[in-house]
Amino acid sequence: MSDEMIRFHFDVDGDDFSSAGAASVEVKKRLRQLGFSPDVIRRVAIAMYEGEINMVIHADGGTVEVEIGDDDITMILSDHGPGIANVELAMQEGYSTARDNIRSLGFGAGMGLPNMKKYTDDMKIETEIGVGTTVIMKVNV
Amino acid sequence: MTEYKHSVSLDVSKCKGCTHCLKRCPTEAIRIRNGKADINSEKCIDCGECIRVCPYKAKKAVYDPLETLNDYKYKIALPAPTLYGQFDNLDDIDFIIQGLHDMGFDDVYEVAKAAELVTEYTRQYLHRENLKKPVISSACPVIVRLISTRFPYLCENVMPILPPVEVAGKLAREKAMAEHPELAASDIGCFFISPCPAKVSYVKNSFAGEKSNVDEVLSVSDVYFKLVSYMNKIDSPKESCEAGMVGVGWAIAGGESTSVFNDRYLAADGIENVLRVLDQIDNSEFPELEFIELNACNGGCVGGVMTVANPYIAKARIQSLKRYLPVSPNTHGMKAEVPDYVMMPELEYQPTCPLSTNRKEAMRMMADIQEIRKDLPDLDCGSCGAPTCAAFAEDIVRGETCADECVVFMRQVFHDYIARHQARMAEEAEKRKNERS
Repeated sequence: MSDEMIRFHFDVDGDDFSSAGAASVEVKKRLRQLGFSPDVIRRVAIAMYEGEINMVIHADGGTVEVEIGDDDITMILSDHGPGIANVELAMQEGYSTARDNIRSLGFGAGMGLPNMKKYTDDMKIETEIGVGTTVIMKVNV
Repeated sequence: MTEYKHSVSLDVSKCKGCTHCLKRCPTEAIRIRNGKADINSEKCIDCGECIRVCPYKAKKAVYDPLETLNDYKYKIALPAPTLYGQFDNLDDIDFIIQGLHDMGFDDVYEVAKAAELVTEYTRQYLHRENLKKPVISSACPVIVRLISTRFPYLCENVMPILPPVEVAGKLAREKAMAEHPELAASDIGCFFISPCPAKVSYVKNSFAGEKSNVDEVLSVSDVYFKLVSYMNKIDSPKESCEAGMVGVGWAIAGGESTSVFNDRYLAADGIENVLRVLDQIDNSEFPELEFIELNACNGGCVGGVMTVANPYIAKARIQSLKRYLPVSPNTHGMKAEVPDYVMMPELEYQPTCPLSTNRKEAMRMMADIQEIRKDLPDLDCGSCGAPTCAAFAEDIVRGETCADECVVFMRQVFHDYIARHQARMAEEAEKRKNERS
């Protein structure tokens, strides 16, 4: 770990749908200030946005840690939600366990996890039923 | 990058250094330094929010004075459709056009007329293959500048078609040259009658890549006060209005997008709303959207700061003026392709104010900002001259201000000083007491 590493911490509020995505906007702003390329900024922002939305829909919120290193940007999203019963199934495009009231808001299309994988260079999911889920994503710079 | 010419400026003698504009600026371009507002020209997008909120009228829009009419032999008025919504009890646009002639203009070319052409070109453009959707309107210059400085990934979505004012300027000039071959190019002056300062910046900075076809930009409010007296003298005006519902509707938020005849559109107005929409579009895909119209001002162009009437009243008036107009008289029998002269180059990303051009240095600065923020109160009171504690921390690291400017921090320093002073006094009193006994 180099000493150049910067960390940002965000709390994602589980009660408030309208503020979901706020952390992603903030990270985008900081990456711009640091002079990252538009492509890197967008990939980080989308992956993080999808992750944030997931935490609000399924897990009543959680936390996001963003680590900016010399070679990559790492996002660690942790929640104490219900956990993911079948990760393989959850990774399939279009699969969703979101309730109807969430779907009526335009979410729950089953593209969250697939998009997170698509826009990042590495993604790991650690999950335990009834305990929570941690998603670790890396975008190479 | 060449210096950007802005159309929002400050009257230093009127500025009291309060925090109204500071807190309202959507790009955090304002700081209060030495008791006066200071606008960062790299960050300013000419939205005019600071003009709206300044209680002392210290912020003002910069535009060309009516006297510039004397600089040209042949004067053409290009009235924005917003002008039509400024007049009470007006039921016929012909009064305005006749009034402009009586005021001294040799010709009037309605921007609403050009707007109809742009609407038709937009429809054609949307049919092109391999377009990055949703296509974002290029009509509001605040939005175009906002996207170019802050949304690199959306630059490609901005429609590369000239805004109506530019098309109007070009066609009006060509018409004048054809009808009056005796005129030299420099004899002809195209005067845009504008609702907002951003359009002034658009013209002065040659947005379209080359010199604008508009020579001078007048304000709707200046023209209104002169024009209204000429209009009052007219009994029955010459029939001359050429605009239809579609063109006139461009003055109102949603007017541009509804006339594209494609229900897969989004229209948002007001800079805060627009920012939220852009942030969301930037983060996710919206396959259901084809076209996006964004207006920086509430209500659309009728909400511009260089207008006279309340935007919602102006909107109601435009709606009633539209009622008896033909739909789109300027696009009958048009060829189904977009002519080259209305195309402009793809919007370029121009990042503003990175911490440093050196990544390592920028990272170090960002780490310092994080450290400083820990000690700041997060009140975002603005007393330090920065809009938020986060912006203040950044200013400190950039060397533009120092931590002592934070009143909360200084209050603590003061309390600590008093406490130390009192402790010393008590100690000395104790010493004296002991000496006496």
